[in-house]
Amino acid sequence: MERPLTKHIIPGSSPLSLKEYIKAGGYGSTHKAMKEMTPAEVTNLVKASNLLGRGGAGFPTGVKWSLVPMDDTNPKPKYLVCNADEMEPGTFKDRYLLEGNPHQLIAGMIISAYAIQAQKAYIFLRWAYKKAEAELRRAIGEAYEAGYLGNNILGSGFDLDIYVHSSAGRYICGEETALLNSLEGKRAVPRTKPPFPSASGLFGRPTVVNNVETLSWISHIVENGAGWFRGLSLTGTGGTKLYGVSGRVKKPGIWELPLGITMRELLEEHAGGMEDGLRFRGVLPGGVSTDFLTEKHLDVKLDFSTVAAVGSRMGTGTVIILDDKTCPVAFIHNIERFFALESCGWCTPCREGLPWVEKMLASIEEGTGKIEYLDILKFQSKYMGPGNTFCAHAPGAAEPLQSGLNYFYDDFVRHIDDKKCPWR
Amino acid sequence: MTKIRIDGKYYEVKPKKNLLETCLSLGLDIPHFCFHPALGSVGACRLCAVKKFKDQDDTRGRIVMSCMEPVTEGMIVSIGDAEAKAFRAAIIEGLMTNHPHDCPVCDEGGECHLQDMTVMTGHNYRRFDFRKRTYKNQDLGPFIKHEMNRCIQCYRCVRFYGDYAGGKDLNVFGSHNHVYFGRHEDGTLENEFSGNLVEVCPTGVFTDKTLSKHFTRKWDLSNAPSVCVHCSIGCNTIASERYGSLRRIMSRYNGSVNGYFICDRGRFGYEFVNNDKRIRKIRIRYNKNGNQEEPENEKFLSVLGTVFSKNKKIIGIGSPRASVESNYALSILAGKENFYHGISKEEQHLTRTVLDFLQNSGVQTPSLRQIEKSDAVIVLGEDLTNTAPMIALALRQAVRNKPNEEAEEKGIPLWNDAPVRELAQDVKSPVYIATPFKDSLDEIAETTFRASFADIAYLGSAVASSLNEKVPVLKKKIRDQEELAEKIADSLRKAKNPLIISGITCGDEEILHASMNIATALLSLDIKVMFCAVLPECNSMGLALIPGKPLDDALSLAAIEEIETLVILENDLYRRAPKKSVDQLFERSRRIIVLDHLVNQTTLNADILLPAATFAGSEGTLVNNEGRAQRYYKVLVNKDHVKESWRWMSELIKIKNDNQSVLWNKFDEIATSLANELPAFLKMKEYMPDADFRMLNARIPRQTMRYSGRTAMYAHLDVSESAVSQDPDSPLAFSMEGRQEIPPSILVPFYWSPGWNSVQAMYNYLDEPNGSMKGGDPGIRLIEPGKEHDDSYFHINHRTFKFKKDEWLIVPVYQIFGSEELSSASISITQRIKEPFLYINQIDAEGLSIKDGEEIRLEVPGNILRIKTKIEKSIMQGMAGLSVNLPGMQFIDLPCRGKYNKL
Repeated sequence: MERPLTKHIIPGSSPLSLKEYIKAGGYGSTHKAMKEMTPAEVTNLVKASNLLGRGGAGFPTGVKWSLVPMDDTNPKPKYLVCNADEMEPGTFKDRYLLEGNPHQLIAGMIISAYAIQAQKAYIFLRWAYKKAEAELRRAIGEAYEAGYLGNNILGSGFDLDIYVHSSAGRYICGEETALLNSLEGKRAVPRTKPPFPSASGLFGRPTVVNNVETLSWISHIVENGAGWFRGLSLTGTGGTKLYGVSGRVKKPGIWELPLGITMRELLEEHAGGMEDGLRFRGVLPGGVSTDFLTEKHLDVKLDFSTVAAVGSRMGTGTVIILDDKTCPVAFIHNIERFFALESCGWCTPCREGLPWVEKMLASIEEGTGKIEYLDILKFQSKYMGPGNTFCAHAPGAAEPLQSGLNYFYDDFVRHIDDKKCPWR
Repeated sequence: MTKIRIDGKYYEVKPKKNLLETCLSLGLDIPHFCFHPALGSVGACRLCAVKKFKDQDDTRGRIVMSCMEPVTEGMIVSIGDAEAKAFRAAIIEGLMTNHPHDCPVCDEGGECHLQDMTVMTGHNYRRFDFRKRTYKNQDLGPFIKHEMNRCIQCYRCVRFYGDYAGGKDLNVFGSHNHVYFGRHEDGTLENEFSGNLVEVCPTGVFTDKTLSKHFTRKWDLSNAPSVCVHCSIGCNTIASERYGSLRRIMSRYNGSVNGYFICDRGRFGYEFVNNDKRIRKIRIRYNKNGNQEEPENEKFLSVLGTVFSKNKKIIGIGSPRASVESNYALSILAGKENFYHGISKEEQHLTRTVLDFLQNSGVQTPSLRQIEKSDAVIVLGEDLTNTAPMIALALRQAVRNKPNEEAEEKGIPLWNDAPVRELAQDVKSPVYIATPFKDSLDEIAETTFRASFADIAYLGSAVASSLNEKVPVLKKKIRDQEELAEKIADSLRKAKNPLIISGITCGDEEILHASMNIATALLSLDIKVMFCAVLPECNSMGLALIPGKPLDDALSLAAIEEIETLVILENDLYRRAPKKSVDQLFERSRRIIVLDHLVNQTTLNADILLPAATFAGSEGTLVNNEGRAQRYYKVLVNKDHVKESWRWMSELIKIKNDNQSVLWNKFDEIATSLANELPAFLKMKEYMPDADFRMLNARIPRQTMRYSGRTAMYAHLDVSESAVSQDPDSPLAFSMEGRQEIPPSILVPFYWSPGWNSVQAMYNYLDEPNGSMKGGDPGIRLIEPGKEHDDSYFHINHRTFKFKKDEWLIVPVYQIFGSEELSSASISITQRIKEPFLYINQIDAEGLSIKDGEEIRLEVPGNILRIKTKIEKSIMQGMAGLSVNLPGMQFIDLPCRGKYNKL
C-alpha cells in the first residue's frame, strides 16, 4: 500500500533535512513544475486530480486555485496561506505532517504559489505547535539557502517568500477568513463571503488558503500525475487520507490509508478495537464538529460523499470514539463548552445560544436539569443552523448536539429523571 | 428599476441596494440592529432574517439576512414567513438571555430600539433560567454614560466611532459572550463626535449624561425642530424640554447638511440655556455708578420712553450669532445708516469677500453631503476639526470615494461595509491639508503642509497658477512647494468633484484669495469645482446679507462724538475688539441697552439689560456657510421677562414711533418685512411655511400623544388647569393635540411611528435610508452661482516670513470646546475646556530652555499675558499658536506678532 505522505516520517526521529529529502526524491517536482509547466498547467493538473481539500470542507483544490485572477492588472502581491492552525479537538494529523516532514509541505507550497503566481506565502501555525514551528523554520532556512525560496527561484523568474506566523491562539482562526483577519492583525472574526478570498483575501488581495495535508499532496501529484492520484483511493475520489482515532481504543493513533476504507476497518484492524471491558457506542467521524454515527453506520466508507450520505461529515478524518462507560451528556457538554468559549462573539445565535446550551448541559449532567431543556436544546441546535449564523462555528457545534440528542435521548432523560449522572 | 416580490406583492425598486434598506424605504418593517444606513451592513445581529425562495415552486425557502442580500430582478422573499418570524423572535430571545431587567430605570426606555424590536418580533416569555453575565462600567467623561450590561453586541458603536468618525479610544475587547465595548481604561472619550453614540446605540449602553442629570422620558418631552447655534455649518437638531427647562439636543436628519449626526459641541452645548448666569429679568441702572436692579413696570416703561424718544439717534450693533430677523429688526430700529454688524472690519471684509465670491465667481458652494462626495480636496488654513467639525467628519467619508469606486468595479456593493473596507486597505481619495499646526485630520491626508500663512497662501497660489497660466505667479519659487503644488493641481484637475476648503477663521486674506484662485482656475477648465468657506459663527452669512457697517466704525465714532443711545444685540463686544476701545465706546455712550442671554462683560455695562430668548425660546432664521437659510422653532415658552430679541425690537420701535401700533406682532410679519426689503431673503419667505399652516385643520403637536402630566405639572402652584400656551409664530402647538402624522420636513419636532419609538423611527421620515427627508431636506439655499461669472483672479501679495528676535508670529488655535461663546457656558462642556495655552516649536523652546507646560510672558498689541506653553512639534520655528477665547482670555487680534520673555 502506498503511503506517499508519511513514508518518510518516523515518529520520534527528526524529519528529513533538505539534502536527505532531495536524495529521497523530494523537490524534483518543484523543478518539473517551474521549468516544464506553466502556472495554468499546474492548476489544471491539480483540477484533473480531483484533490479535495483536507481541512474538513472537501472543496476541490484545483477549482479554488482557478478562481484566482491571473491577469497582470491586479495589484501585487497575491498570497498563498497554509492553514496550519489545527485546533479542531480530536484532530492531530497536520501536526504529524508538520513535525514529520516539513519539506514536503514547503515543496508543495512552492508549486502551489507558482500555480497562482503568489509572491508571498504564510504558514499560519497553531500557537501550541512549538516543535513544528522549530522544524518549519529550520526547513525554510534550508530552502532559502538552496535557492528554492527567495528571488528568481531556480532561474524561473518567480519570487516567493514564506513566513511562519504563530497564531495568537483562538480556534476560530482555523476558519479561513478569520485566519486572514488575524494575520492582518485584526480581531479574529470571520468575513462575509462573497467576496471570496480568491478575489479579496489577505490585505484585500487575491489569496488561496489551503490545509497542510492538502498542500502536502501537491508535489506528489505533479511528480506522478492525476491518474496515479485517483488510483490511490478506494472510492475514486483520489488519494490517501491521514485517519486518526482517539478515544478508548486499544491503539489510538494515526494512519495513512486509501481514501474510502470503512469505519469498521479503521477501528478494528488499525485501532485494535475497543479497550477490554468497553463497548462501542458512537463516533464523531471528523472531529468534534461532526454528527454522531452509531453501530449501524460502522460499514460506511470514510469518504466525503459517503459519510455525508448517512448524515454526518468526514471532516478531518480524525475520529473520536464514545464508549459505553463514558457519559454521553458529559461528552457532549465538554464539546459544547469548548465551542461556547471559542465563539468569536460576532453573531447572536452563536454568542448567546452556545453559552445557554452549555449551561443547560451542565445542569443536566449534574442532575439539576429540567425536562423543558431538551426541547430548548433541540430548538437551539436548529436555530444555530447553517445560513442562520455568520460562519460555520455554531452550525459545527450544533452537529454533535443534535445528533447526540437524537441517538442518546434516553440518556438525557435518565439524567433528568434520576436527578444525577448515571455514569458517576 | 428592479422588480421584486415581497409576501406576494410586486414592487419596483432601486437596483444595487440591499433588501433591508429597500424594504425600509417601502415602509415595510423588518426588525434589525446592526445595519445603519451610514455604517452599511455587516450581518452580525442576524435579526433581519427573511425567507428567500428560489422560484415560484420553492415552498420551503431558506433564511437569509436581508441586510446582506442584494436586490435582484425577480427576487421572491417573505418577511411574514412563519419560520422567519420564529427565527427573529429567537434572536431576541438570545439577546434577552443576558439583558438586564433595566427598563424602568434605564434612560433609553421609551426611546429604545431594543424595546421596539422585542415587541415587533413578538418574543415575550423568558425560558432562560441561568445567571446573566455582567460587566463593570467605565467613566467615559462628562458627555456619555456607560452601562455595559445592556449591550446586545451589535458593534454599531465601534463601527461609528472608529470606522466612521476616526476615533481611536473606543474599542471592542474580549470574545464569546464577554465581548466588551469601552476604552482601554476609564477616561473621557476623545473623539469630537462621541455624542452620536447615544443615538447609534440601540440600547441604553451609551446614554446622554447631560440628559440624565434632569432625566425625562422621551414621551414626556415637548420638542421643536431647531438649528445648532455653535458654528457656521448649521446642523439640524431637535430641542426638547420639560418643566420649562431645555433637557437635551439630538440630531435632526438633514440629507443635505448633517445627515444622521452632529458634533459634541452641538449636542452638549445647550446647557448654557439652563445656566444660572441666564438673564431672566429686566435690569436697569439708573446712573453709571449704580447697580443694575429690577425696575417696577411703570418706571421701566418711562425710562424706555425717554431713551427711545423720537429724535434720539440710536446706534445699533448686531451680532453674527443672532438670527436674521433680530438683526434686521435692530437695523430698522436704529436706521440703516446706524446699523453695525458687531464684528471687526477685517472679519466683515473677509466675510464679504466670501459672499461676493459665492455670488459672482460662478463657483458653487457645496452642502455637507456634497462634500462627502468630493474625490479630491485641498484644505487651506482651516483647522476643521475645531472650527467646523462636521466638515472634518464629511472629509473622513470623502476619502473613501476612490476605493469605493474600485469596490463597485469589483462587484462589491457599497453597503457591504466590511469587504469594501478590506479591499480599500490604505487607498484614499486625495486630501491635502495646508495648516500651521497638526490636527486630527492629518491621518487621512495624502500630504500635509505645515507652514506660515504666507507660505500656505503661496502654495495655494502656485496650485492655481499650475492649473491656469492666467493666474499671476509669485516671483518666489521654492522647489519643494512647486512640486507639491503641481501634485495637488494634478489631483484636482483629474477629479470629478474637486473641492477647495478655506475660511476666514484663520484671519488671513491671502490664504482666502489663493484658495479662491484655485477654484476659479478649475472652473476655467470647465471642471465642476466646489468652494467651501468656513465662517466663524452660526449666522455670519446671514448677517453679511444685511447691509451694515463694521464694529470698528462704531468704535471710531465713539472717539469723535458722544453716542446718545447704544443698542447691542446678543454680542459681547469684549470678544470682538480690544478692551480699551470697547471701554471707550461704553464711556462715550449715554445710554447702553443690551439684549442677551448670559451675563458677560458687556451686559455688566448695560444701563438697560433686556433678557433675550435663546434659540430655544424663539423662532428665527440662520444662514449657514453654504448660504442655506434654516429656521429654528421655539421649544420653550418664555418665562419671567425673557422675550425674543426681535419682539423686544418691535416694542422699542413702537415706543420710538410714539406708541403707534406695533410693527410686528407675529413672526410672519417680520419675515415678510424682511423679505420685502432685502430681496436676498425673498426665497426664504416663499419657502418657509406661515404660522397659519395646518395639517388637516390641526396644528403640528410638539408633544407625543403619550405626553403625560399636563394637568398635574403645575398643580402645586395653581390647581386650576392653565390654558395651553399659544404660539402665534409657527404652525406648531404646545400640546399633544393635533395630527400625529409626518409633517413637512422643516417642521418635524420629533420622530415617532407606530412600532418605532426610538430614533430609528426616522426611517419613516426619509424617502429612503441615506436619502432626503420626505418632501425635501429642510432649508433653502439663498446663494447659487450665477450664469455669468467673473473670471478674475486675486493678486496675492508676496510675503516672506521673517524671523524676528524675541518675537513670534502668533496664529490662532481654535478649540472645539472653549473657543465658542455660548457652548462654553454649558456645564458639561466646561469640563472639556483646556486651560489657555500657547503652542511653541520644540527648537524654539529648547533655545529658551522652556519646558513643556512652563508659563511665559507674552506681549501682543494691546495686551500682556502670562500663558502656559505647550511644545508642539508641528508648528514652524518662529511661529506660535495661541488658543482662542478660552475662558479667562482677553480679546487678541490674531494673527499678530508677539514678544516673549521667560518669567
